[in-house]
Amino acid sequence: MELFGDYTLRVVALGSGVLGAAAGALGSFAYLRRQSLVGDALSHAALPGIALVFLLTGSKAPLPIMLGAACAGWISTLAVRLVVRRSRVPYDSALGMALAVFFGFGLVLLTAIQKRPDAAQAGLESFLFGQAASLLREDVVVMSILGAGCLIVLGALWKEFKLLSFDSEFGDSLGRPMRRVDGLFTLLLVVAVVIGLRTVGVVLMSAMVVAPAAAARQLTNRLAPMVVIAAVIGVISGVSGAVLSSLIPRLPTGPTIVLVLSAFVVLSLVFAPGRGLFWRWIRLGRLQPAAALNPVLMHLYALSQQHPEEPDHGHGLAVLRTMSPAGADLEQVLGDLQSRGLAHVVGEGLWAPTPIGRREAERSLDHEAEVRS
Amino acid sequence: MIDDRSAALEVEDLTVAYSDQPVLWDIDLVVPAGDKMAIVGPNGAGKSTLIKAAMGLVPSVAGEVRVFGRPFAKGNGEIAYVPQRSSLEWDFPTDVLDVVTMGTYGSLGWFSRPGAAERDRARAALEEVTMEAFERRPIAQLSGGQQQRVLLARALVQEAPILMLDEPFQGVDAPTEQAIAAVLDRLSDEGKTVIVVHHDLQTVPEYFDSVLLLNVRAIESGPVADVFTEDNLRLTFGGRVGVLAQLAAGEIDS
Repeated sequence: MELFGDYTLRVVALGSGVLGAAAGALGSFAYLRRQSLVGDALSHAALPGIALVFLLTGSKAPLPIMLGAACAGWISTLAVRLVVRRSRVPYDSALGMALAVFFGFGLVLLTAIQKRPDAAQAGLESFLFGQAASLLREDVVVMSILGAGCLIVLGALWKEFKLLSFDSEFGDSLGRPMRRVDGLFTLLLVVAVVIGLRTVGVVLMSAMVVAPAAAARQLTNRLAPMVVIAAVIGVISGVSGAVLSSLIPRLPTGPTIVLVLSAFVVLSLVFAPGRGLFWRWIRLGRLQPAAALNPVLMHLYALSQQHPEEPDHGHGLAVLRTMSPAGADLEQVLGDLQSRGLAHVVGEGLWAPTPIGRREAERSLDHEAEVRS
Repeated sequence: MIDDRSAALEVEDLTVAYSDQPVLWDIDLVVPAGDKMAIVGPNGAGKSTLIKAAMGLVPSVAGEVRVFGRPFAKGNGEIAYVPQRSSLEWDFPTDVLDVVTMGTYGSLGWFSRPGAAERDRARAALEEVTMEAFERRPIAQLSGGQQQRVLLARALVQEAPILMLDEPFQGVDAPTEQAIAAVLDRLSDEGKTVIVVHHDLQTVPEYFDSVLLLNVRAIESGPVADVFTEDNLRLTFGGRVGVLAQLAAGEIDS
């Protein structure tokens, strides 16, 4: 426990943990709403806010800086909404534009500030990639209060946020004010992003929002566990990344945290029970022969569907041939189907699917529908 | 004059536009209480938009909606809505019972959570669509027909006097289609008003009492026997009249 006996380290770890919990929990909802890019735009857009506040006040006190960052982020979401409503620019393009414009403006301001002769600006560039070691106690106090606030609101309005993420229109039809819930959610996301600016930095903060959610979704099929797992992954990555970067000189915190997060994501994408690529690969390898469609059987099934009350109404080879590609060896395929008990001869040269064949065809259709959906 | 007491839903002069392009133009519609009405029309006719606008889910440029003679107010529990199945993200991490329980959220306050009573109501609704065996099934693992039943159950939980369903028969298996039709029949027998956006002209006479033919404008509405005619279908759908006439007469059964 000598590691955490160090006062600075304890402060750093606490701050990063709070940040990871808030970003992971809120990020889950952003992820489920397919709004992962919003976190990216928000965090990049925060940079000019930070720079402007420093230009105006000349201080790096946490509260004004966070407020400036939050305002800039909030304004960027308003700009995106305005562009989407008033033009034909699609949502993701508008987000990308807002991100680039705000971030570019922020970089210009930052460069201008760094050319000034005074020493107060030193360290402002740590907002780009994060420097957890520079966290002060007062930073962590503000971060903790804001993070706890986010989590409390999230818990209190759980069912509203769930409606918003799953079926916002239905929530609207129930008379719940979904637009206000949406606005509140964006506000919470802004707060979560702002908490992380000093630790992770604006460039990589979006990873804190997206990655824990992506990993957690692989591991569970229920909302509450997903949010909790995402928060825990956020805490572990935040704390380990921050501690590592504090121990190793000149190692920026943001990239370190993101590397830890990436490990979680990769492991869960590959090995998560049920959804993991590894298991899917094994399953598909086993099932493939059964899932493949037999076109001749499907044609027989389609034909038999036209005579629903006459299951043994047969169709001749000529009909089947017109439905099949030229040169297909129909006799052989039919013989094969017959030997597998899927089709049978019901009259002179007339074929029909057996009940098992019909069920097999239906199953193939279901399977195909599932794959497509 | 319209007799207020017999009309469950009255729509007057409803007009909806998306960026200056009218998608619904001056719609007048009266749906009698206890009626089972189909809304049919070609793609882009504004069928879904009509029921959404009537519920205030999309903004209208003009028009008035009255429910049982009173101006419609969202959230008073008078209309239960079943959205199009394909409009939802079915990979959402939740289970069947949880989705159906969402139907009770309208009667819960801001900070209260659904409890045992709400879950019991949801279970009862699941039984009505014979999905009770699936209550713990993640919704990502449901077939199309099962998804549709779950959405119907979520609306049943609301116990609203009016139900609006958007394409509930789209892409479902035959047993589900029969199950949904049976539930709609029962609702209608109980005096509830059922309004359905429907795409299959063939089954209109079988499933519904009345029909609204819609193509941006309301072409005609009323009892199926009076309104569902070749001339009206031609007005609604334009072009493919020969097929439509046969369809209306029930001559094609594939």
